[in-house]
Amino acid sequence: MSAARMSPLYAGRRRRNSIFMALAGASTLVGLGFLAAILVTLVVQGFGALNPRVLTAMTPPPGSDGGLLNAIAGSLVMTLLGVLVGTPVGMLAGTYMAEYGRYSQITHVVRFVNDILLSAPSIVVGLFVYEIMVAPMGHFSGLAGGVALAIIVIPVVVRTTEDMLLLVPDPIREATTALGAPRWHMISHVAYRAAKAGIITGVLLAVARISGETAPLLFTALNNQFWSTNLNAPMASLPVIIFQFAISPYADWRDLAWAGALLITAAVLLLSIAARALNMKRGS
Amino acid sequence: MDAAVAQTKATNAPIKVDIRGVNFYYGQSRALKDVTMPLYKNHVTAFIGPSGCGKSTLLRALNRIYDMYPNQRAEGEILVDGENILDQKQDLNLLRSKLGMVFQKPTPFPMTIYENIAFGIRLYERLPRAEMDSRIEAALTQAALWTEVKDKLQASGLSLSGGQQQRLCIARTVAIKPEVILLDEPCSALDPISTAKIEETIEELKTEYTIVIVTHNMQQAARISDYTAFMLLGELIEFGDTAMMTTKPRVQKTEDYITGRFG
Repeated sequence: MSAARMSPLYAGRRRRNSIFMALAGASTLVGLGFLAAILVTLVVQGFGALNPRVLTAMTPPPGSDGGLLNAIAGSLVMTLLGVLVGTPVGMLAGTYMAEYGRYSQITHVVRFVNDILLSAPSIVVGLFVYEIMVAPMGHFSGLAGGVALAIIVIPVVVRTTEDMLLLVPDPIREATTALGAPRWHMISHVAYRAAKAGIITGVLLAVARISGETAPLLFTALNNQFWSTNLNAPMASLPVIIFQFAISPYADWRDLAWAGALLITAAVLLLSIAARALNMKRGS
Repeated sequence: MDAAVAQTKATNAPIKVDIRGVNFYYGQSRALKDVTMPLYKNHVTAFIGPSGCGKSTLLRALNRIYDMYPNQRAEGEILVDGENILDQKQDLNLLRSKLGMVFQKPTPFPMTIYENIAFGIRLYERLPRAEMDSRIEAALTQAALWTEVKDKLQASGLSLSGGQQQRLCIARTVAIKPEVILLDEPCSALDPISTAKIEETIEELKTEYTIVIVTHNMQQAARISDYTAFMLLGELIEFGDTAMMTTKPRVQKTEDYITGRFG
């Protein structure tokens, strides 16, 4: 662009462009800065607190040595339960919406309600499960914790299943149908296969989401200081232990809370990377 | 509109599909108007006409693929071997196993080349491995693809070039032994070399199958078809022997289209 053609209008646009670029860069730095600060604190404090006992010993009473084994096991059990219950329900609903009820009114209603559920505060889910399970049963339980997590998984899986199936081009559905394949066969053998990576990514992201949830577990699984895999009894979990230990006055408990926080963060990071890798594979 | 169907030059071929007074609706809008024409057994019939004339709609009525969508319906009669397939009692999966379809854009399934073809066969037959292998080889050979893929049957169907993908789709269709093959602009997304290969394939297939091809391309219709149906705005304008129609069409509109005055 020659200087002669640099009209005032264009010069002004260039000036505005550099101002907004600078602002956008600055806000990115602020956001990343906080994230880095959080991660650095977490890694420094968490690594200091990590030792083999964290993975082998039970949560201790104040003042004695201990680890997080029961909390890790409890988190794994309840997360697994949440995913095992939530994934099939979510996939079936998402499949109905994308494949069978695409043009029906009920799909719009379900999608709307599902979006509300997707953004519902998780403490509300905890209270709900407290009312329908914990109160009638008379005690807290790992089962109730798993159900609460499942209720958080369902809307995520519904949404991704529907979205990913809608990305499968209709000509593929037509081509399968044109071979004489019944609809259920088309869905289970071709549409799911085409949407597989995306649906798995959605499930992994749901796992990442629930593995850090505290509020729904406070009202349902509560906590347990001892080793327990009894789903009918209160169950420990990492987020609840972190919550309890981090606000305690005992230094060794606070150290364990840091170690637990680091473990959860690392697990979520690994899941996110796995999800990203699957997505890249899908894109190729 | 029977008048549109010319006395075709003495053909002894029996009628495989008899389209009689077919109307088609997308919701309220009428896309086909009283279309009547025969499709002769073991011959190639081309549907030609400008975009939106209803040629694909007519093709999609023949295997009732439109049934996948609400608000689309056909009226009239389409007799396949004398049976009206527009009848509500018609078993659609059975119908589609008899009238195979190949689409405008290649539609390989997200699985291996082998599985792409085995998929359709398994819908109807349980075959021992060796027999399945030979069926797949036969289908790929018929679609003129065997020599190109015989060493990579376990590669993804998506890894093939566009022209190969389209021949894979043809192989998949012939593998389930249909009687009629419906081709919806099968070459529109392909380069001239791939197009030539598909056309050769069609030429070979017509000894065994009744073929219907929708095409934009007048030259293609002239090269490969025995009969041509020219459509305009949902109506069949002229149906007849391809050689006759491309040289001296009886209707002015057909001549205008063929000579490129519109469309």
